[in-house]
Amino acid sequence: MRASESFLRRRALWGSFAGGCLLIAAASSVFVTLGIVYVLVTESMGFFAQIALLDFLTDTQWTPVFENAHFGVMTLVSATVTVAGIALAVSIPAGLALAIYLSEYARREVRETVKPCLELLEGVPTVVYGYFTLLFFTPLLQTFIPGLEGFNMLGPGMVMGIMILPYTASVSEDAMRAVPSGLREAGYALGYSRFRVAMRVVVPAAFSGITAAFILGMSRAVGETMVVAIAAGQNPNFSFNPTEGAATITAYIVQMAMGDLPHDSIAYQSVFAAGIVLFVITLTFNLIGFFLRRRFKEVY
Amino acid sequence: MTQKSFHDQHVTQLSPKTEPTPNTQRESLAAEVRKLSFWYGETQALKEITLSIAYRKVTALIGPSGCGKSTLLRSFNRMHDLYAGNRYSGEICLFPENHNLIDLDPFMVRLRIGMVFQKPNPFPKSIFENVAAGLRIQGVQNKKLLSDRVEQALRDAALWEEVKDRLSQSAYGLSGGQQQRLCIARALAPQPEILLLDEPTSALDPIATAKVEDLITEIRHRFTVIIVTHNMQQAARISDFTAYMHLGKLIEFAPTGELFTTPQETLTRDYITGRFG
Amino acid sequence: MVNAEMSQATLPNLTGIVDANRRTDLVMAGIGISVLIVAMSLLAAVVIDLIVGGWPRLINPDFYLNFPSRHPLQAGIVSAWVGTILVMLVTAGIAIPLGVGAGVYLEEYAARNWITDFIEINVSNLAGVPSIIYGLLALGLFIHGFGLGETILTAGLVLALLILPVIIVSTREAIRGIPLDLREAAYGLGADKWQTVRLYVLPAARSGILTGTIVGLARAIGEAAPVITIGALTFIAFLPPSPIQSSPPFINFEWLESPFTIMPIQMFNWVSRPQAEFHINAAAAGVILMLMTLAMNGIAIWLRYHLRRQIR
Repeated sequence: MRASESFLRRRALWGSFAGGCLLIAAASSVFVTLGIVYVLVTESMGFFAQIALLDFLTDTQWTPVFENAHFGVMTLVSATVTVAGIALAVSIPAGLALAIYLSEYARREVRETVKPCLELLEGVPTVVYGYFTLLFFTPLLQTFIPGLEGFNMLGPGMVMGIMILPYTASVSEDAMRAVPSGLREAGYALGYSRFRVAMRVVVPAAFSGITAAFILGMSRAVGETMVVAIAAGQNPNFSFNPTEGAATITAYIVQMAMGDLPHDSIAYQSVFAAGIVLFVITLTFNLIGFFLRRRFKEVY
Repeated sequence: MTQKSFHDQHVTQLSPKTEPTPNTQRESLAAEVRKLSFWYGETQALKEITLSIAYRKVTALIGPSGCGKSTLLRSFNRMHDLYAGNRYSGEICLFPENHNLIDLDPFMVRLRIGMVFQKPNPFPKSIFENVAAGLRIQGVQNKKLLSDRVEQALRDAALWEEVKDRLSQSAYGLSGGQQQRLCIARALAPQPEILLLDEPTSALDPIATAKVEDLITEIRHRFTVIIVTHNMQQAARISDFTAYMHLGKLIEFAPTGELFTTPQETLTRDYITGRFG
Repeated sequence: MVNAEMSQATLPNLTGIVDANRRTDLVMAGIGISVLIVAMSLLAAVVIDLIVGGWPRLINPDFYLNFPSRHPLQAGIVSAWVGTILVMLVTAGIAIPLGVGAGVYLEEYAARNWITDFIEINVSNLAGVPSIIYGLLALGLFIHGFGLGETILTAGLVLALLILPVIIVSTREAIRGIPLDLREAAYGLGADKWQTVRLYVLPAARSGILTGTIVGLARAIGEAAPVITIGALTFIAFLPPSPIQSSPPFINFEWLESPFTIMPIQMFNWVSRPQAEFHINAAAAGVILMLMTLAMNGIAIWLRYHLRRQIR
C-alpha cells in the first residue's frame, strides 16, 4: 500500500513547520541570555559614563542616594563574599559527609527515602527561609553570641549553607556514584575500609565533579536574594565581620527596586551596574562548574 | 493485480533445486543490491555486496557475528540514516520501478519496506493501536479500513485468535513471543513491498520460535521476506535462498537447498559444518 | 618456625586494623546521619515556627478572604493567592511550550555541532543565573523597553523565563530515557521525525516532562526576588478582572494587564514591617505558601519514584 501523495505533502509541510517551531523554542533560551546581557550593558552605560571604573572597583563606600554619592561596589561585594563564604563553610563539610554517606554507606532503600526528603528542603521558598532566619534563627544565635546584631551575616550565611546542601550533596553524590565500581573493588581488594576507599579512591576520582558541585553551590549562594534581603539588613557596609549586618549585591537591588526610582537617575542605573558584577561572578562560577562537570562525565 | 498473476506463473516453476541462479530471473525480482558498500564512520562494514532478492520468496542472510548481515538488512530501509556519520555507496534497486533506494528519501523508503527487530518492541499502546500504527503514519483514518487491515495483519501473524477479545488492552500484557508476532503484524499491516526480519526469534523460546517460523512459511507466498538469522537450521527450514556473508563480503548466494548441501566456497562449508561461527 | 612467629606477630595486629576500620566506618556513617538529622530538623523547625507563629491568623477564615490592610488583624491574602494563581497561568502557558519544545529540539532534532553545544552551555548557564538578574531583565526590557508595565503578564513572563531551564533539562532527561528501540520501531514503519516525536516519543516521555514542569512551577510560585524587582505593588486592595465572563466571548484577557500581588511578595511585605503583629500575618502567609510548594514538590517526587518503579 502507498500513502497518498497529498497526505505525504501535508506531512512534509507539518514536519517542517513543527521543526521550525521547535528551533525557535530552542533559540529562545539564547535570546534570554542575549536579553540579559543587553539590558545590563545598556542600562548601566550611563552609570559608567559618570563613575570611573577604578572608583567603582576600589572605593569602599556605597551611598547612592546621598548628596555626596559614593559607588564603591566592593562594599556590596564584601558582604556577598562573607555570606557566601559562611554558606560554603557550612555546606562543604556537611555536603561532602552527606554525599559520602549516601553514595558509599547508605543502602539503596535509605538513599531513595533520603533524597526526596532533601528535595523537599530545596522546595522551601527562600522568603520563608528569610522569615525563619530573621525571627527564629538569629534570636537563637544571639543567645550564644551576645554581640550579634539583629541584622547580621552569620545567620543568613548558615541557613543558606543548609539551603544549598541538597544541591551540593546530590551533585557530589552523582559524581561519586559515577566512579566505576572497579576502582572501588581495587581498593577493597587491598583490604581498605569503606572510609579509606571513600577518601583515597572515590573522592579523588570524583574530585572534579565534587568541585563543580561546590562551585555551583557558591554561585547559588552569591545570587541568593530573599534570605539576605530580609535577615542581613540593607545597610551598605564594607565589612567581613559576620556579626554585623551588611547589604549584599542582591539585597541592594531589592532595596532600590522597592523605592520608585526615576528611570534615568544614577541610582537606577547603579542597580544595573551592581547587576553586572553579580552576573559576571555567577557566570564565571557557572562556566567553571559546567566544564568541570562535563570533563568529569567524559572521563567516566 | 498484475503482480498476482505474475506470481502465480512463477510459483510452480521455481523450486529451490531446479531453479537457475536468481540473477537471470530479472522479472521475478523484488530488489537487487548492486556493489553496495557501507561505512560506520571510518569502518567499512559492507564491501561491494551484489545480491538479488526474489519476489515473494524468503531470502536468508547468514554468517558469523560481525559479518555485516544485520548491517545489510538495515540498509534496505535506511535505518542507518538515523545516526550521524554513516555512509553508503552503490545501489539497492527496488523493482518494478528500478529506483535506487539509496537515493530516495529514507522516510519514503521505510513507508514501503517493513521491519521487525531482534527484541520485540511494541509501542506502549493498545494491541489494536500497535498494529494500526503504520497505517496511521500513512494517514489512514477510515475506521473500517483500519479495523479490516488490523484483523488481516493479526491473522497473517497468527495472533488473531489469541488477542481478538482484548484488542484494546496494552500490548505490554502479551508474552514475549506474542509481542514479537504483534510486531510482525504491525509491520505487515501497511502491506510492505519487502518485509525485513532482523533475527526475529533470537529473544524467544523454542515454542515461540516455532510459531514465528510457521507464520513466515504461511505468508511467504504473499510477501517478499528477507531474514537475518544466526540459526542455520532456521535458514534451512524457512528460506528459499540463502546468502552467506563473512567480514562484510558476500561469500556465496544460492538456493537454500544447494547452499546447505553443496556449498561451493570453503568458508561457507566451514561455517555450515560448524568449524567456526 | 619462622612462619609461626610471623603469624603470631601479625595476627593480633590485623584484627586491630579491622576493628579500627570498623570504628571509622561507624563514625563516618554517624556523621552522615547527623548531617541528615540537622538538615531535616531545620526543615521541621521552619515548618513548626511558621505554624506556631501564624496560628492565630491561620484559623481565621477572614485571613483568606480579606485584602491587605494597614490593620494587621484585618489584613488577608485574597489578592495574593488569586494573583499567584493568575501569574502561574501565564508562566505555565509560556514556559511549558517553550521549554518542552526546546528540549525536544535539542534531544531529537539538533545536529551534534557547535551551535547545539552553544545552546547547551547557554541553557546550563541560564539555570545558574540568579533569579534577581531575571528581574533586572524584566525591569529593563519588559517594563522600560516594551512598556508592558508592572502587570500579571510581565510577572508571568519573567517567571516563565526563570524556570525555562528546569523544564528544558527535565524534558531532555525524560526523552533520553525512552529506549532506542521504540524510536526505531516508529521510524521503521516510515514515520517521519515529527510523527515519531508527536505519536510516540512525547506520549512516552509525558510523565517525566510533567514531573519537571511541576518542579519548575513550584519554584516559580515561591520566587519573590524577580517580581519585587519589576516593582510589583504590595498593597493591592482589589482583584484583577475575572478571566471568565458571563457574556460572549466568555474569556477576556484584561486581567493580564492588571496590577497584582503574589504570595511571596505579600509575605516579604509583612516580614519587613517593624510591628510584630504583621509578623503573625507573614508566618500565616508562609504556611500557605509552603503548603503550595511542598504539595507540588511532593506530587513531583511521588510521580518520579512511582515512574521509576513502573519502568523496573
